[in-house]
Amino acid sequence: MGGQPAGKVEPTEHDYEEWERRVDALMMLLSGVRGARKLMTVDELRKNIEALPPDAYERMSYYERWVTSITQTMIQRGVITTEELGRRMEQVRKRHG
Amino acid sequence: MSEAGRYQPYSYFQLMEVSLRELLVEKGILTEAQVAETVEDMRQRSPERGARVVARAWVSDSYRKKLLEDGTKACEELGLDVPALRLIVVENTPQAHNMIVCTLCSCYPRMLLGIPPDWYKSRNYRSRAVREPRAVLSEFGLFLEEGTAIRVHDSTADMRYLVLPMRPAGTEGWSEERLASIVTRDCMIGVAVPKAN
Amino acid sequence: MVEARFRRGDRVHVRAAYPLGHIRTPYYIRGHSGVIERLCGSFGNPEELAQQRSGEPKQPLYRVRFLQKDVWPAYRGNPGDLLEVEIFQHWLE
Repeated sequence: MGGQPAGKVEPTEHDYEEWERRVDALMMLLSGVRGARKLMTVDELRKNIEALPPDAYERMSYYERWVTSITQTMIQRGVITTEELGRRMEQVRKRHG
Repeated sequence: MSEAGRYQPYSYFQLMEVSLRELLVEKGILTEAQVAETVEDMRQRSPERGARVVARAWVSDSYRKKLLEDGTKACEELGLDVPALRLIVVENTPQAHNMIVCTLCSCYPRMLLGIPPDWYKSRNYRSRAVREPRAVLSEFGLFLEEGTAIRVHDSTADMRYLVLPMRPAGTEGWSEERLASIVTRDCMIGVAVPKAN
Repeated sequence: MVEARFRRGDRVHVRAAYPLGHIRTPYYIRGHSGVIERLCGSFGNPEELAQQRSGEPKQPLYRVRFLQKDVWPAYRGNPGDLLEVEIFQHWLE
């Protein structure tokens, strides 16, 4: 997107939430930067972010795009299945109340 | 829960994060402890580490040369662990001011400085920093001398960048610690310069 | 091992190709000419790594220096302003 017209740079920062930090950690672990089994590359992360719909930048925050991309990569790689993910997400929603 | 004592339902993406993590743990791919350790590890990486590198380069010309020659090795020499980081350090001079961006995503020397700020990852910064760097700098309150050229570095592949700012006047005789205290993260990205306050 | 074809100071042109897939050569720099600033080393091809392939053989990666006024029409800045981009050898000629 370099060179595209865009608005003023708002020097925003936020203190990252725990779940966001965990997404960041998952990426580091899965891409082999920190010890665990290397199951994906940062290149796949980027590719899957690039594959998100164009309004992803409006609708999703940075780590929402990351968690989507990492999860998509794990499905593509056959580490988890869509079925497993769907069932677990339902379970977690029920469990969390 | 996002605030102590206040219940908040998980968002769709938070559900995804929890589910993904639980499944990966159950499949023996990683452990909760590893996730927690990694989160903590990244917390410890902060701009203060980069500031130490800059301060050392300001007081030692031989270190400065080493830093410009091989950024990663020079960080390690100060006892800073920077796994997998391939660091190129670019030096500000009166003739040239350096600025770092990753137009394609948000590449940043994380293992040295920690997680980058939101604005660095924003569409606006990534789009405009390469094309109109002076306008972007002015939005950060930085106005360069007429004759100073700007060098914008687009971090598109495996290298990561750190700006070595110029040591400001009025800091003669300062300790390394005091020097480091005026080197902010924004100075090392290139949208600010250190001030001897 | 892919041999490094260029050296610091060589003038190079970035191919104006627009294939599909994951590419780390930004759109804005394709079709432009610059000068090799340094050879960074050889690294796995991100285009292949993104597709779950090995990315081997590693490709030479260079930092290429461009004049801003050559890259952007109507660039308003110092004529000495530079843009330095990491580009893989197979995108350079």
